[in-house]
Amino acid sequence: MNNELFGFEINVWFDALARVGIIVGFMTVTVMALIYIERKILARFQMRLGPTRTGPRGTLQSVADALKLVGKEDLRPRMADPWTFELAPYVVFVPIFLGFVILPFLLDWHVRILELGLLYFVAVSSVNIVGWVMAGWGSDNRYAMIGGLRAAAQGISYELPLVLALLAAAMLAGSLNLNTIVVAQAHIPYIVWQPLAFFIFFVAALAEMNRPPFDIPVGESEVVGGPFVEYSGIRWSMFFLAEYAALFILALIGASVFLGGWAWPLGEELGRWWQLVLVSAKAGGLIFLVFWVRASVPRLRIDQLMSYSWKVLLPLTFVQIVVNGAVLVYDWPDVVLLATGVVGLGFLFWVTDRAVRRPRPRPALVAQSEAAR
Amino acid sequence: MEPQSIDQLYSNYLPVLIATIVGFVLVISALLGSRLLAPFSREREKATTYECGMLPIRRASTNVGVRFYLYAILFIIFDVEAVFIFPWALSFVGVGAQAYWVMVAFIAILGAGLGYAWKKGALQWR
Repeated sequence: MNNELFGFEINVWFDALARVGIIVGFMTVTVMALIYIERKILARFQMRLGPTRTGPRGTLQSVADALKLVGKEDLRPRMADPWTFELAPYVVFVPIFLGFVILPFLLDWHVRILELGLLYFVAVSSVNIVGWVMAGWGSDNRYAMIGGLRAAAQGISYELPLVLALLAAAMLAGSLNLNTIVVAQAHIPYIVWQPLAFFIFFVAALAEMNRPPFDIPVGESEVVGGPFVEYSGIRWSMFFLAEYAALFILALIGASVFLGGWAWPLGEELGRWWQLVLVSAKAGGLIFLVFWVRASVPRLRIDQLMSYSWKVLLPLTFVQIVVNGAVLVYDWPDVVLLATGVVGLGFLFWVTDRAVRRPRPRPALVAQSEAAR
Repeated sequence: MEPQSIDQLYSNYLPVLIATIVGFVLVISALLGSRLLAPFSREREKATTYECGMLPIRRASTNVGVRFYLYAILFIIFDVEAVFIFPWALSFVGVGAQAYWVMVAFIAILGAGLGYAWKKGALQWR
Protein backbone atom coordinates (compact mmCIF):
# COMPACT_ATOMS: atom_id res chain seq x y z
CA MET A 1 0.00 0.00 0.00
CA ASN A 2 1.17 3.47 -0.79
CA ASN A 3 0.54 6.84 0.69
CA GLU A 4 1.13 10.37 -0.52
CA LEU A 5 3.62 12.63 1.22
CA PHE A 6 4.43 16.03 -0.25
CA GLY A 7 3.31 14.82 -3.68
CA PHE A 8 5.40 11.64 -3.65
CA GLU A 9 3.85 8.17 -3.55
CA ILE A 10 5.68 6.15 -0.92
CA ASN A 11 5.20 2.95 1.03
CA VAL A 12 3.03 3.30 4.18
CA TRP A 13 5.91 2.28 6.44
CA PHE A 14 8.25 4.91 5.03
CA ASP A 15 5.43 7.41 5.02
CA ALA A 16 4.74 6.89 8.71
CA LEU A 17 8.47 6.87 9.51
CA ALA A 18 9.05 10.09 7.55
CA ARG A 19 6.15 11.83 9.25
CA VAL A 20 7.23 10.73 12.73
CA GLY A 21 10.79 11.79 11.87
CA ILE A 22 9.58 15.26 10.92
CA ILE A 23 7.72 15.40 14.23
CA VAL A 24 10.87 14.50 16.16
CA GLY A 25 12.80 17.39 14.62
CA PHE A 26 9.84 19.70 15.01
CA MET A 27 9.34 18.72 18.65
CA THR A 28 12.97 19.30 19.57
CA VAL A 29 13.00 22.77 18.03
CA THR A 30 9.61 23.68 19.50
CA VAL A 31 10.54 22.57 23.00
CA MET A 32 13.78 24.55 22.92
CA ALA A 33 11.93 27.59 21.60
CA LEU A 34 9.21 27.21 24.24
CA ILE A 35 11.75 27.07 27.06
CA TYR A 36 13.44 30.23 25.79
CA ILE A 37 10.10 32.00 25.24
CA GLU A 38 8.85 31.02 28.67
CA ARG A 39 11.95 32.38 30.36
CA LYS A 40 11.72 35.60 28.39
CA ILE A 41 8.01 36.08 29.07
CA LEU A 42 8.33 35.25 32.77
CA ALA A 43 11.22 37.67 32.98
CA ARG A 44 9.07 40.40 31.44
CA PHE A 45 6.29 39.69 33.94
CA GLN A 46 8.79 40.09 36.77
CA MET A 47 10.47 43.16 35.23
CA ARG A 48 13.70 41.35 34.45
CA LEU A 49 15.46 40.76 31.15
CA GLY A 50 15.73 36.98 31.14
CA PRO A 51 18.52 35.26 29.18
CA THR A 52 20.54 37.79 27.18
CA ARG A 53 24.10 36.53 27.02
CA THR A 54 24.03 33.35 24.93
CA GLY A 55 23.66 34.24 21.28
CA PRO A 56 21.73 37.23 19.93
CA ARG A 57 19.26 38.28 22.66
CA GLY A 58 19.89 34.99 24.43
CA THR A 59 18.21 32.88 21.74
CA LEU A 60 20.84 30.15 22.03
CA GLN A 61 20.19 29.69 25.76
CA SER A 62 18.21 26.46 25.29
CA VAL A 63 20.89 25.02 23.01
CA ALA A 64 23.52 25.75 25.63
CA ASP A 65 21.28 24.19 28.29
CA ALA A 66 20.78 21.06 26.20
CA LEU A 67 24.52 20.68 25.62
CA LYS A 68 25.20 21.13 29.29
CA LEU A 69 22.61 18.52 30.21
CA VAL A 70 24.04 15.96 27.78
CA GLY A 71 27.48 16.53 29.25
CA LYS A 72 26.38 16.19 32.87
CA GLU A 73 27.04 13.12 34.94
CA ASP A 74 24.06 10.77 35.12
CA LEU A 75 23.76 9.67 38.73
CA ARG A 76 21.75 6.87 40.27
CA PRO A 77 21.47 6.73 44.05
CA ARG A 78 22.70 3.52 45.65
CA MET A 79 19.38 2.80 47.36
CA ALA A 80 17.28 3.42 44.25
CA ASP A 81 15.46 0.56 42.60
CA PRO A 82 17.37 0.17 39.32
CA TRP A 83 14.48 -0.93 37.10
CA THR A 84 11.81 1.57 38.08
CA PHE A 85 14.39 4.36 38.33
CA GLU A 86 15.86 3.76 34.88
CA LEU A 87 12.57 3.04 33.12
CA ALA A 88 10.61 6.00 34.50
CA PRO A 89 11.87 8.51 31.86
CA TYR A 90 10.66 6.17 29.11
CA VAL A 91 7.23 5.75 30.67
CA VAL A 92 6.87 9.50 31.09
CA PHE A 93 8.16 10.52 27.67
CA VAL A 94 6.84 7.88 25.23
CA PRO A 95 3.08 8.24 26.00
CA ILE A 96 3.32 12.00 25.62
CA PHE A 97 5.26 11.62 22.39
CA LEU A 98 2.48 9.33 21.09
CA GLY A 99 0.08 12.26 21.41
CA PHE A 100 1.73 13.90 18.40
CA VAL A 101 0.29 11.20 16.13
CA ILE A 102 -3.25 12.55 16.07
CA LEU A 103 -2.64 16.31 16.07
CA PRO A 104 -4.37 18.07 13.16
CA PHE A 105 -1.63 20.54 12.23
CA LEU A 106 -3.07 21.50 8.83
CA LEU A 107 -5.90 20.28 6.63
CA ASP A 108 -3.62 17.94 4.70
CA TRP A 109 -0.67 17.61 7.03
CA HIS A 110 -0.71 15.43 10.11
CA VAL A 111 0.91 12.15 11.09
CA ARG A 112 -2.38 10.26 10.96
CA ILE A 113 -5.92 11.37 11.70
CA LEU A 114 -7.53 8.47 13.57
CA GLU A 115 -11.29 8.00 13.57
CA LEU A 116 -11.14 7.70 17.40
CA GLY A 117 -8.43 10.34 17.72
CA LEU A 118 -9.66 12.02 20.89
CA LEU A 119 -10.22 8.70 22.68
CA TYR A 120 -6.75 7.58 21.62
CA PHE A 121 -5.27 10.80 22.98
CA VAL A 122 -6.91 10.62 26.39
CA ALA A 123 -6.11 6.91 26.68
CA VAL A 124 -2.46 7.18 25.74
CA SER A 125 -1.50 10.45 27.38
CA SER A 126 -2.68 9.42 30.85
CA VAL A 127 -0.20 6.53 30.97
CA ASN A 128 2.54 8.98 31.86
CA ILE A 129 1.15 9.24 35.41
CA VAL A 130 2.53 5.72 35.92
CA GLY A 131 5.96 7.05 34.99
CA TRP A 132 5.70 9.79 37.62
CA VAL A 133 4.85 7.26 40.31
CA MET A 134 7.70 5.03 39.11
CA ALA A 135 10.13 7.93 39.35
CA GLY A 136 8.89 8.76 42.84
CA TRP A 137 8.90 5.19 44.11
CA GLY A 138 12.11 4.11 42.42
CA SER A 139 14.24 6.97 43.74
CA ASP A 140 13.80 5.80 47.32
CA ASN A 141 13.77 9.37 48.50
CA ARG A 142 11.06 10.85 50.69
CA TYR A 143 10.66 14.01 48.66
CA ALA A 144 10.42 11.99 45.48
CA MET A 145 7.94 9.59 47.07
CA ILE A 146 5.62 12.35 48.25
CA GLY A 147 5.96 14.14 44.93
CA GLY A 148 5.16 11.02 42.95
CA LEU A 149 2.06 10.28 45.02
CA ARG A 150 0.88 13.85 44.72
CA ALA A 151 1.43 13.71 40.97
CA ALA A 152 -0.66 10.55 40.79
CA ALA A 153 -3.48 11.94 42.94
CA GLN A 154 -3.56 15.18 40.98
CA GLY A 155 -3.22 13.48 37.59
CA ILE A 156 -6.10 11.07 38.11
CA SER A 157 -8.32 13.72 39.68
CA TYR A 158 -8.00 16.16 36.81
CA GLU A 159 -8.05 13.45 34.16
CA LEU A 160 -11.84 13.16 34.42
CA PRO A 161 -12.77 16.85 33.94
CA LEU A 162 -10.26 17.02 31.06
CA VAL A 163 -11.69 13.99 29.27
CA LEU A 164 -15.33 14.92 29.82
CA ALA A 165 -14.82 18.57 28.80
CA LEU A 166 -13.23 17.42 25.53
CA LEU A 167 -16.10 14.96 25.09
CA ALA A 168 -18.67 17.74 25.59
CA ALA A 169 -17.23 19.57 22.59
CA ALA A 170 -16.91 16.35 20.58
CA MET A 171 -20.63 15.68 21.15
CA LEU A 172 -21.48 18.79 19.13
CA ALA A 173 -19.35 17.59 16.22
CA GLY A 174 -20.67 14.04 16.61
CA SER A 175 -17.20 12.63 16.08
CA LEU A 176 -13.92 11.94 17.86
CA ASN A 177 -12.00 12.53 14.64
CA LEU A 178 -10.05 15.74 15.23
CA ASN A 179 -10.18 16.83 11.59
CA THR A 180 -13.97 16.44 11.56
CA ILE A 181 -14.17 18.46 14.77
CA VAL A 182 -12.10 21.23 13.20
CA VAL A 183 -14.15 21.26 9.99
CA ALA A 184 -17.36 21.48 12.07
CA GLN A 185 -16.02 24.79 13.44
CA ALA A 186 -15.49 26.40 10.05
CA HIS A 187 -17.80 29.31 10.95
CA ILE A 188 -18.09 29.48 14.73
CA PRO A 189 -15.54 27.95 17.10
CA TYR A 190 -16.86 25.78 19.92
CA ILE A 191 -15.58 28.14 22.57
CA VAL A 192 -18.66 30.24 21.78
CA TRP A 193 -21.06 27.36 22.46
CA GLN A 194 -18.97 25.71 25.20
CA PRO A 195 -17.25 28.42 27.25
CA LEU A 196 -17.67 26.37 30.43
CA ALA A 197 -16.15 23.24 28.87
CA PHE A 198 -13.27 25.31 27.52
CA PHE A 199 -12.48 26.79 30.90
CA ILE A 200 -12.66 23.38 32.58
CA PHE A 201 -10.42 21.93 29.87
CA PHE A 202 -7.88 24.71 30.38
CA VAL A 203 -7.76 24.32 34.16
CA ALA A 204 -7.57 20.52 33.96
CA ALA A 205 -4.85 20.73 31.31
CA LEU A 206 -2.80 22.98 33.62
CA ALA A 207 -3.15 20.37 36.33
CA GLU A 208 -2.31 17.46 34.02
CA MET A 209 0.91 19.21 33.00
CA ASN A 210 1.77 19.97 36.65
CA ARG A 211 2.02 23.61 35.71
CA PRO A 212 1.59 26.40 38.25
CA PRO A 213 -0.73 26.92 40.07
CA PHE A 214 -1.11 23.11 40.14
CA ASP A 215 2.58 22.35 40.72
CA ILE A 216 2.60 20.88 44.20
CA PRO A 217 3.98 17.55 42.87
CA VAL A 218 7.12 19.34 41.68
CA GLY A 219 7.06 22.32 44.06
CA GLU A 220 10.65 23.37 44.71
CA SER A 221 9.90 24.96 48.05
CA GLU A 222 8.17 21.95 49.61
CA VAL A 223 9.33 18.73 47.91
CA VAL A 224 12.50 20.02 46.19
CA GLY A 225 11.43 19.06 42.69
CA GLY A 226 9.29 16.07 43.63
CA PRO A 227 9.92 12.89 41.64
CA PHE A 228 12.98 14.43 39.95
CA VAL A 229 15.06 15.04 43.07
CA GLU A 230 17.43 12.19 42.32
CA TYR A 231 17.52 12.59 38.55
CA SER A 232 20.26 14.55 36.88
CA GLY A 233 21.69 15.23 33.47
CA ILE A 234 20.03 13.79 30.40
CA ARG A 235 17.63 11.58 32.36
CA TRP A 236 16.20 14.62 34.07
CA SER A 237 15.96 16.48 30.77
CA MET A 238 13.72 13.69 29.42
CA PHE A 239 11.10 14.69 32.00
CA PHE A 240 11.51 18.30 30.99
CA LEU A 241 11.19 17.44 27.31
CA ALA A 242 8.01 15.51 28.07
CA GLU A 243 6.60 18.43 30.06
CA TYR A 244 7.05 20.94 27.26
CA ALA A 245 5.92 18.48 24.59
CA ALA A 246 2.75 17.95 26.65
CA LEU A 247 2.30 21.72 26.85
CA PHE A 248 2.49 21.97 23.07
CA ILE A 249 0.19 18.99 22.46
CA LEU A 250 -2.48 20.15 24.88
CA ALA A 251 -2.35 23.67 23.45
CA LEU A 252 -2.87 22.29 19.95
CA ILE A 253 -5.67 19.97 21.10
CA GLY A 254 -7.36 22.88 22.83
CA ALA A 255 -6.90 25.05 19.75
CA SER A 256 -8.40 22.35 17.52
CA VAL A 257 -11.33 21.35 19.69
CA PHE A 258 -12.39 24.72 21.06
CA LEU A 259 -10.83 27.43 18.87
CA GLY A 260 -11.35 25.93 15.44
CA GLY A 261 -7.77 24.84 14.69
CA TRP A 262 -6.74 25.67 11.15
CA ALA A 263 -10.30 26.40 9.96
CA TRP A 264 -11.98 29.27 11.72
CA PRO A 265 -12.47 32.10 10.70
CA LEU A 266 -11.37 31.60 7.11
CA GLY A 267 -13.14 28.30 6.40
CA GLU A 268 -11.60 25.31 4.66
CA GLU A 269 -10.63 26.78 1.32
CA LEU A 270 -7.39 28.48 2.10
CA GLY A 271 -3.74 27.88 1.51
CA ARG A 272 -1.38 25.92 3.69
CA TRP A 273 0.30 29.09 4.92
CA TRP A 274 -2.88 30.67 6.20
CA GLN A 275 -3.72 27.46 8.02
CA LEU A 276 -0.26 27.46 9.55
CA VAL A 277 -0.67 31.06 10.70
CA LEU A 278 -4.09 30.34 12.21
CA VAL A 279 -2.99 27.20 14.04
CA SER A 280 0.16 28.79 15.42
CA ALA A 281 -1.68 31.91 16.51
CA LYS A 282 -4.33 29.90 18.42
CA ALA A 283 -1.95 27.38 19.98
CA GLY A 284 0.52 30.17 20.75
CA GLY A 285 -2.22 32.17 22.42
CA LEU A 286 -3.09 29.24 24.68
CA ILE A 287 0.57 28.67 25.53
CA PHE A 288 0.96 32.34 26.39
CA LEU A 289 -2.07 32.03 28.65
CA VAL A 290 -0.37 29.14 30.46
CA PHE A 291 2.77 31.27 31.02
CA TRP A 292 0.63 34.19 32.13
CA VAL A 293 -1.16 32.05 34.71
CA ARG A 294 2.20 30.80 35.96
CA ALA A 295 3.38 34.36 36.46
CA SER A 296 0.31 35.59 38.30
CA VAL A 297 -1.34 32.85 40.40
CA PRO A 298 0.11 31.45 43.64
CA ARG A 299 0.34 27.70 44.22
CA LEU A 300 -2.78 25.90 45.49
CA ARG A 301 -2.87 23.85 48.67
CA ILE A 302 -3.49 20.15 48.18
CA ASP A 303 -6.91 20.16 49.88
CA GLN A 304 -8.04 23.03 47.64
CA LEU A 305 -6.63 21.21 44.66
CA MET A 306 -8.44 17.92 45.21
CA SER A 307 -11.71 19.54 46.25
CA TYR A 308 -11.69 21.79 43.21
CA SER A 309 -11.53 18.86 40.84
CA TRP A 310 -14.00 16.53 42.56
CA LYS A 311 -16.51 18.97 44.00
CA VAL A 312 -16.55 21.73 41.37
CA LEU A 313 -15.17 20.74 37.98
CA LEU A 314 -16.49 17.16 37.78
CA PRO A 315 -20.17 17.90 38.60
CA LEU A 316 -20.10 20.87 36.22
CA THR A 317 -18.78 18.75 33.33
CA PHE A 318 -21.61 16.28 33.92
CA VAL A 319 -24.11 19.14 33.82
CA GLN A 320 -22.52 20.36 30.59
CA ILE A 321 -22.82 16.92 29.00
CA VAL A 322 -26.47 16.54 30.04
CA VAL A 323 -27.29 20.01 28.65
CA ASN A 324 -25.47 19.27 25.39
CA GLY A 325 -27.40 16.01 25.07
CA ALA A 326 -30.75 17.73 25.57
CA VAL A 327 -29.92 20.41 23.00
CA LEU A 328 -28.85 17.81 20.44
CA VAL A 329 -31.75 15.40 20.99
CA TYR A 330 -34.57 17.96 21.03
CA ASP A 331 -33.02 20.25 18.40
CA TRP A 332 -33.10 23.28 20.63
CA PRO A 333 -31.42 26.40 19.22
CA ASP A 334 -27.70 26.79 19.84
CA VAL A 335 -28.33 29.94 21.86
CA VAL A 336 -29.38 27.67 24.74
CA LEU A 337 -25.83 26.30 24.75
CA LEU A 338 -24.36 29.78 24.87
CA ALA A 339 -26.71 30.88 27.66
CA THR A 340 -26.13 27.81 29.84
CA GLY A 341 -22.41 28.00 29.16
CA VAL A 342 -22.18 31.60 30.31
CA VAL A 343 -24.34 30.94 33.37
CA GLY A 344 -22.22 27.90 34.23
CA LEU A 345 -19.02 29.88 33.80
CA GLY A 346 -20.35 32.62 36.07
CA PHE A 347 -21.26 30.00 38.68
CA LEU A 348 -17.80 28.43 38.37
CA PHE A 349 -16.08 31.79 38.89
CA TRP A 350 -18.28 32.53 41.89
CA VAL A 351 -17.57 29.15 43.49
CA THR A 352 -13.84 29.48 42.80
CA ASP A 353 -13.72 32.96 44.29
CA ARG A 354 -15.57 31.78 47.38
CA ALA A 355 -13.36 28.70 47.79
CA VAL A 356 -10.15 30.68 47.46
CA ARG A 357 -11.16 33.11 50.18
CA ARG A 358 -12.23 30.45 52.69
CA PRO A 359 -9.67 29.74 55.44
CA ARG A 360 -8.16 26.29 55.69
CA PRO A 361 -10.08 23.89 57.96
CA ARG A 362 -8.04 22.80 60.98
CA PRO A 363 -6.47 19.38 60.44
CA ALA A 364 -8.01 16.77 62.75
CA LEU A 365 -4.76 16.03 64.64
CA VAL A 366 -4.05 19.66 65.44
CA ALA A 367 -7.60 20.17 66.69
CA GLN A 368 -7.27 17.10 68.94
CA SER A 369 -4.00 18.17 70.49
CA GLU A 370 -5.36 21.64 71.12
CA ALA A 371 -8.42 20.18 72.84
CA ALA A 372 -6.19 17.98 75.02
CA ARG A 373 -4.17 21.01 76.11
CA MET B 1 -18.40 6.49 9.95
CA GLU B 2 -18.13 3.65 7.45
CA PRO B 3 -16.72 0.34 8.71
CA GLN B 4 -13.02 -0.01 8.05
CA SER B 5 -11.29 -3.01 6.59
CA ILE B 6 -8.59 -4.72 8.63
CA ASP B 7 -5.95 -3.51 6.18
CA GLN B 8 -7.06 0.06 6.66
CA LEU B 9 -7.07 -0.36 10.41
CA TYR B 10 -3.49 -1.63 10.35
CA SER B 11 -2.32 1.19 8.12
CA ASN B 12 -4.14 3.68 10.37
CA TYR B 13 -2.44 2.49 13.52
CA LEU B 14 0.94 1.88 11.88
CA PRO B 15 2.15 5.42 12.78
CA VAL B 16 1.24 4.68 16.40
CA LEU B 17 3.50 1.63 16.39
CA ILE B 18 6.29 3.52 14.68
CA ALA B 19 5.94 6.49 17.03
CA THR B 20 6.23 4.13 20.00
CA ILE B 21 9.45 2.66 18.63
CA VAL B 22 10.82 6.08 17.70
CA GLY B 23 9.96 7.39 21.18
CA PHE B 24 11.94 4.61 22.85
CA VAL B 25 14.83 5.04 20.40
CA LEU B 26 14.89 8.76 21.15
CA VAL B 27 15.29 8.24 24.88
CA ILE B 28 17.81 5.43 24.41
CA SER B 29 19.95 7.50 22.03
CA ALA B 30 19.85 10.49 24.37
CA LEU B 31 21.00 8.29 27.25
CA LEU B 32 23.70 6.72 25.09
CA GLY B 33 24.90 10.15 23.96
CA SER B 34 25.19 11.22 27.55
CA ARG B 35 26.99 7.96 28.42
CA LEU B 36 29.59 8.81 25.78
CA LEU B 37 29.97 12.51 26.58
CA ALA B 38 29.39 12.82 30.29
CA PRO B 39 32.12 12.27 32.85
CA PHE B 40 31.66 9.59 35.47
CA SER B 41 33.43 9.06 38.74
CA ARG B 42 33.03 6.16 41.13
CA GLU B 43 32.92 8.14 44.34
CA ARG B 44 30.55 6.36 46.74
CA GLU B 45 29.32 9.36 48.71
CA LYS B 46 27.73 10.84 45.61
CA ALA B 47 25.26 7.99 45.37
CA THR B 48 23.67 8.59 48.77
CA THR B 49 20.04 9.63 48.86
CA TYR B 50 19.47 13.38 49.00
CA GLU B 51 17.80 14.60 52.15
CA CYS B 52 18.92 18.15 52.84
CA GLY B 53 22.27 17.11 54.26
CA MET B 54 21.20 14.38 56.68
CA LEU B 55 21.54 10.70 56.05
CA PRO B 56 18.06 9.23 55.52
CA ILE B 57 16.77 6.76 58.08
CA ARG B 58 15.15 3.60 56.66
CA ARG B 59 13.80 3.25 53.13
CA ALA B 60 11.37 5.80 51.79
CA SER B 61 9.11 3.35 50.00
CA THR B 62 7.22 2.08 53.02
CA ASN B 63 3.75 3.23 54.03
CA VAL B 64 1.46 5.38 51.93
CA GLY B 65 -1.38 7.52 53.26
CA VAL B 66 -4.74 5.84 52.75
CA ARG B 67 -6.26 9.04 51.33
CA PHE B 68 -4.44 8.47 48.04
CA TYR B 69 -6.14 5.09 47.88
CA LEU B 70 -9.60 6.63 48.30
CA TYR B 71 -9.07 8.94 45.35
CA ALA B 72 -7.76 6.06 43.27
CA ILE B 73 -10.95 4.05 43.87
CA LEU B 74 -13.15 7.04 43.06
CA PHE B 75 -11.14 7.60 39.90
CA ILE B 76 -11.64 4.04 38.71
CA ILE B 77 -15.41 4.29 39.17
CA PHE B 78 -15.69 7.54 37.26
CA ASP B 79 -13.22 6.55 34.57
CA VAL B 80 -15.29 3.47 33.79
CA GLU B 81 -18.27 5.76 33.58
CA ALA B 82 -16.42 7.98 31.12
CA VAL B 83 -15.72 4.90 29.01
CA PHE B 84 -19.48 4.26 28.86
CA ILE B 85 -20.24 7.87 27.98
CA PHE B 86 -17.80 7.96 25.05
CA PRO B 87 -19.66 5.67 22.62
CA TRP B 88 -23.02 7.01 23.80
CA ALA B 89 -22.02 10.62 23.10
CA LEU B 90 -21.37 9.87 19.45
CA SER B 91 -24.47 7.81 18.69
CA PHE B 92 -27.37 8.92 20.89
CA VAL B 93 -28.66 11.51 18.40
CA GLY B 94 -29.45 8.73 15.92
CA VAL B 95 -31.14 6.57 18.57
CA GLY B 96 -33.35 9.32 19.89
CA ALA B 97 -34.73 10.71 23.13
CA GLN B 98 -34.90 7.36 24.90
CA ALA B 99 -31.13 6.87 24.70
CA TYR B 100 -30.71 10.36 26.12
CA TRP B 101 -32.90 9.74 29.16
CA VAL B 102 -31.26 6.41 29.86
CA MET B 103 -27.89 8.14 30.00
CA VAL B 104 -29.30 10.93 32.17
CA ALA B 105 -30.47 8.25 34.61
CA PHE B 106 -27.01 6.65 34.52
CA ILE B 107 -25.29 9.97 35.19
CA ALA B 108 -27.82 10.71 37.96
CA ILE B 109 -27.02 7.41 39.69
CA LEU B 110 -23.30 8.15 39.56
CA GLY B 111 -23.99 11.70 40.65
CA ALA B 112 -25.77 10.25 43.67
CA GLY B 113 -22.70 8.12 44.31
CA LEU B 114 -20.49 11.20 44.14
CA GLY B 115 -22.86 12.98 46.51
CA TYR B 116 -22.63 10.06 48.94
CA ALA B 117 -18.82 10.11 48.83
CA TRP B 118 -18.94 13.87 49.36
CA LYS B 119 -21.29 13.54 52.35
CA LYS B 120 -19.10 10.80 53.88
CA GLY B 121 -16.12 13.13 53.62
CA ALA B 122 -14.19 11.00 51.13
CA LEU B 123 -13.54 14.05 48.97
CA GLN B 124 -12.14 16.07 51.86
CA TRP B 125 -8.34 16.01 52.04
CA ARG B 126 -7.30 15.30 55.61
